[in-house]
Amino acid sequence: MMRYRVAVHILPRDGILDPQGHAVADALHTLGFQGVQDVRIGRHVVVDTDADTAEAAREAVRAMCGRLLANPVIEDFEIASVTRS
Amino acid sequence: MRFGIVTFPGSNCDTDAYHAVVDVLGEEAVMLWHKDHDLRGVDVVILPGGFAHGDYLRAGAIARFSPIMREVSAHADRGGRVLAICNGFQIACEAGLLPGALVRNAGQSYICDQIRVRVENTDTAFTNAYTRGAVLRMPIAHGEGRFVADPAVLDAIESEGRVVFRYVDAAGVASPAGNPNGSMNGIAGIINNAGNVLGLMPHPERVVETVLGPADGLPLFESLVAQVAA
Repeated sequence: MMRYRVAVHILPRDGILDPQGHAVADALHTLGFQGVQDVRIGRHVVVDTDADTAEAAREAVRAMCGRLLANPVIEDFEIASVTRS
Repeated sequence: MRFGIVTFPGSNCDTDAYHAVVDVLGEEAVMLWHKDHDLRGVDVVILPGGFAHGDYLRAGAIARFSPIMREVSAHADRGGRVLAICNGFQIACEAGLLPGALVRNAGQSYICDQIRVRVENTDTAFTNAYTRGAVLRMPIAHGEGRFVADPAVLDAIESEGRVVFRYVDAAGVASPAGNPNGSMNGIAGIINNAGNVLGLMPHPERVVETVLGPADGLPLFESLVAQVAA
């Protein structure tokens, strides 16, 4: 068993209004960042887990996302990184 | 008849529900702890409002894995009635007892207000004591009450009459002005396909006595009693 650190990005799905992202986009426009087209705000979850391989750790966190960490009705997720910890 | 009211860590409307059932309705109620494994023979389960587990991760996401929820799901599968109010509605959606999800209000802020909902379907165990189209005054108190669902799911619940309560304005019209949180189609409450699980964001248990104004929530509880007794 090795210990892995798996990071996952969870974002509101396309088509789901993200009022927090809109508010931040408006603020960025006010600051002069006129090129900003859209901002979406989600969460970044870091899981330290023991697993036999990096792939097993990735699959475990994928399963965690399916069960708990993300809600497929409103959110998409992607595994951002898997590193030895 | 016997109601079971589930208390999660962070529930704060459980005693309101108890008061409505026992003191106002004159029915029996038992308090169930979220770690219980037994519903103690109740006819109706109430998932009350609050902030179960601090709403960590997403509202209802942790609570749905509380041990009692296994029993609540089994109860619902057997056709047992479940009334899911506010945070309870969020928990029921997370648990898959109801379709869709409840996300941050469109205006970003927590809303504590008196709103209006229209009764869209009176052919349910929860609403048979109302008049179809009646406009009710009820309080809301939530930060994550914006109902969202995939277009196909939305079409299905609309066409099957499963939108039970809809936010309306002072004229009784479902309009953006009457929709406090940006819910799709102004949806305030829905029922499951089998008709035994109702979820709604407004708080009927807080408006059951005329001393506090119109007791517009009372017929919901009376509907349940009439239905189960029958």
